[in-house]
Amino acid sequence: MPVPLADQLQLYRNMALIRRFEEGVAEAYAEGFIGGFTHLYIGQEAVATGAISAINHDDYVIGTYRDHAHALVREISPRALMAELYGRVTGVCKGKGGSMHFCDPERYFMGGYAIVGGNLPLAVGLALSIQMRNEDRVVMAFLGDGASNQGVFHESLNMAKLWELPVIFVVENNFYGIATDVRISSAFNEIHRKAQGYGMPGHVVNGMDVIAVREECEEVVKYVRHGSGPVLIEARCYRYQGHSMTDPGRYRSQAEADLWRKRDPIPRLAKQLVQQGLDASRLDAIQREVNEAVQDAMRFAESSPEPPDEALYEDVYVESYGA
Amino acid sequence: MPELRYFEAVNQALQEELARDERVFILGEDVGLAGGTFRVTDGLMAEFGSRRVRDTPIAEAAIVGIAIGAAMSGMRPIAELMTMNFGIVAMDQIVNHASKMHYMFGGQVTLPLVIRAPGGGWTQKAAQHSHCIESWFVNTPGIRVVIPSTPYDVKGLLKTCIRSEDPILFIEHEMLYSTRGEVPEEEYLLPLGVAEVKRPGRDVTIVAWSKMLHEALKAAELLANEGIEAEVVDPRTLDPLDMDTILGSVLRTRRAVIAEEGWRNVGMGAELAARLQEHLFYDLEAPVQRVAAADVPTPYARNLERLALPNAQRIVEAVLKITL
Ligand SMILES: Cc1ncc(C[n+]2csc(CCOP(=O)(O)OP(=O)(O)O)c2C)c(N)n1
Ligand SMILES: [Mg+2]
Repeated sequence: MPVPLADQLQLYRNMALIRRFEEGVAEAYAEGFIGGFTHLYIGQEAVATGAISAINHDDYVIGTYRDHAHALVREISPRALMAELYGRVTGVCKGKGGSMHFCDPERYFMGGYAIVGGNLPLAVGLALSIQMRNEDRVVMAFLGDGASNQGVFHESLNMAKLWELPVIFVVENNFYGIATDVRISSAFNEIHRKAQGYGMPGHVVNGMDVIAVREECEEVVKYVRHGSGPVLIEARCYRYQGHSMTDPGRYRSQAEADLWRKRDPIPRLAKQLVQQGLDASRLDAIQREVNEAVQDAMRFAESSPEPPDEALYEDVYVESYGA
Repeated sequence: MPELRYFEAVNQALQEELARDERVFILGEDVGLAGGTFRVTDGLMAEFGSRRVRDTPIAEAAIVGIAIGAAMSGMRPIAELMTMNFGIVAMDQIVNHASKMHYMFGGQVTLPLVIRAPGGGWTQKAAQHSHCIESWFVNTPGIRVVIPSTPYDVKGLLKTCIRSEDPILFIEHEMLYSTRGEVPEEEYLLPLGVAEVKRPGRDVTIVAWSKMLHEALKAAELLANEGIEAEVVDPRTLDPLDMDTILGSVLRTRRAVIAEEGWRNVGMGAELAARLQEHLFYDLEAPVQRVAAADVPTPYARNLERLALPNAQRIVEAVLKITL
């Protein structure tokens, strides 16, 4: 089914929001408001945007340390996310998690994790829970190309298929794990075909084309929701920035970067929308709206208080025992 | 003597040992083409080739396991874990395999293996990226734990470790890589199991290592202004542990503070405090104090992280508690 125009506009808005949010993050990082490891999503917007648009609000999403976009698409407020990055008590994890650990179970966003591959068995466990409770839900788990070489990736795929669990593994193949080119880290770098080793369907999609991602994911989600077992999707994409804020990214050639810049998913969709007769001023209005949302989030974050000292010992455990 | 930064001293040790012994090779994530996340292996792939300075996929369990296999069959691998946090992924290989094999196989198998890994917090890296877990491995017999705090120590100790016949966990600290110190041009080796008094003093002994050694030296400076002369002892290697130097110092000062960046509960400080009271119970003028991280997962927020992690000020407070 072709993606309705209203949905396309929403996809456009989400991608624009992600890009602007990440630009805001880079500014705030440079000004010292944000610390730690901060991984930007600029360039990859079409993947999280298209993929998550194909699931229901109460399907689970679980991610990695590169998690800002996924949280935004899950409609967690930019204020709560920016405040988390600023380490403020109004943040989505009360300032305790930071950039790599956004989490909002109320919106079925089950967390960002900083140990490569660590989130994958968790995704399988979420799917197991769905199956055991007979729920009408699926899990969408995000990972990078580099993560597909971790042992736990293979253990997770095997068990997801063994038990026919409702999980979609979305591999965001941006061709690098930090400085390491996928061609020197994966013996078999057709990542979607790694699924075949476990009898699982594996698809590849252009991760720079949000409509293609959306359409592919809609099909796959239907299949998985129907109880046909897990699927892996490899979305080929590119991060325009370094691996994290401290990485200048010198291991990639200018020619390569230029090539992928030409495939920028945001102008691509803008062009398609205008070709469908949309007035370009609508897109300008969206841009203004997301600019304002990000400015607002940054003001909110800056004016929010730090966590109180007592917070240090809060939430280590649920239950306390006299001692 | 020329000054080097800590990461340069590590680089020199690796370079010299790669040049000295053909069996030595390095494997790890981004160690080759990229020259190491902290520039530690810069230039080594260019000099020694991609067979001996090997980039690996992100697969810590296999990185350590493969190093074990190579070590038991005649090679002398140096496995680099990008950070100590990922050593937890390789825990099974380190604890169930590397530390056990020599003993379990009745001494027939030797593992001349070094696992290098930087650890530590301090820059808001949050709960999964701030580990200082050296005590976990000191608790495990069969693997040595070396944790140098200066460029001089890191170079001399690393060279010794690479020539050792035992598996060794060599823990660096992310915040130390850019620190400077004198390193002689001529070759030198430092023995394992020899602590160093980094600053003499008569009133109290502070035992500290890695980044906390520098906090302890700062604390000693502050205390000197108050008229308290603190002796700062760096064990440099936690297994083997040079108890003689530590006991000798505390016997003179009769007061001890142990400062570590890891968690307090069942940490290295607890072990040292226990040993001090076993040997010097009647010589101590005050209870042994521990300065350590709060027993919580490291929080991201800057103000909470500062509260969670120990520092010079916290050491000063601990000293004042037992000297006033
Ligand atoms: C177990 C583990 N090993 C190493 C790291 C350090 N590290 C963080 S991200 C990363 C690269 C991951 O690459 P990929 O899976 O392709 O994801 P991308 O960052 O490209 O989105 C590495 C090696 C880590 N966080 N966890
Ligand atoms: Mg990648």
